[in-house]
Amino acid sequence: MIQARMIQEWKTLAGTPIPEVAGRLSVALAPDCARFSLRVRPDDRAALDAPLGIALPDRIGGVAVGAGGHALCLGPDEWSLLLPAEAAAGLGERLGAAVTVPFSLVDVGHREVGIAVSGPAATLALSSLCALDLDAMPAGSATRTILDRAQAVLIKHDAEQYRIEVWQSFADHVWTLLEVVSREIALDL
Amino acid sequence: MLLITCPYCREARPEVEFAYAGEAHIARPADPSAVGDAAWRDHLYIRSNTRGLHRERWRHVNGCGRFFNAVRDTVTDKFAATYKAGAPCPIDFAREGAER
Repeated sequence: MIQARMIQEWKTLAGTPIPEVAGRLSVALAPDCARFSLRVRPDDRAALDAPLGIALPDRIGGVAVGAGGHALCLGPDEWSLLLPAEAAAGLGERLGAAVTVPFSLVDVGHREVGIAVSGPAATLALSSLCALDLDAMPAGSATRTILDRAQAVLIKHDAEQYRIEVWQSFADHVWTLLEVVSREIALDL
Repeated sequence: MLLITCPYCREARPEVEFAYAGEAHIARPADPSAVGDAAWRDHLYIRSNTRGLHRERWRHVNGCGRFFNAVRDTVTDKFAATYKAGAPCPIDFAREGAER
């Protein structure tokens, strides 16, 4: 019993704010949202656009905005949907009724924590955790990658606005690293 | 750290995102019970252990998640090519072997 509770424990990171570095860096929890993993054959993708209210991006790394949320293309046949709770209610049933092509929609809403990293030093802060060339990463793109040792999805809205989607199990790790990086930036180290 | 070009993402990505998955282009016998013990052992365990250009499988496990094939020089660690799984190898090995 105790073990089962521990496995289900939520790491919401609430109550552990990272102090803002005035005018340079802000690290905060992103507003919670519904998350879905969507798998569909690339050729059948367009059939889902209308019922979803989002034109699914066709290129890996693409981000589409619609239905109050985002659709990220993470693989050749894999999309991640970040939607507001009200848009997500009954989504599976609605898609199932409207679409005849085979697809898989899995609710992974409890799996991840969203972290918003913003400010002129956001790229610098994330570069200390990530081996990708973030300056070269196009604005309005997303990718699955490694932050330090933890797998995460990194979304670059623009050069000063990033969002991290990391599994709850690794959220503490990434959060603590961001806390250290934030302090280093505050002290100009 | 190496940069490896994922043929699905069409981007050079850091090595830490990838996992090595052994030699490529090894076809599993269609009917394993019909092949002899020696042939089955060779299929499972015997690999070319090349010095030089080696065709191998990689998986972009912390990216798009796809398996693909690569040609890497085992001496210099330099990637000569990467290509999608199922696609023919873009490098003519008979000729490359003659040149070495």
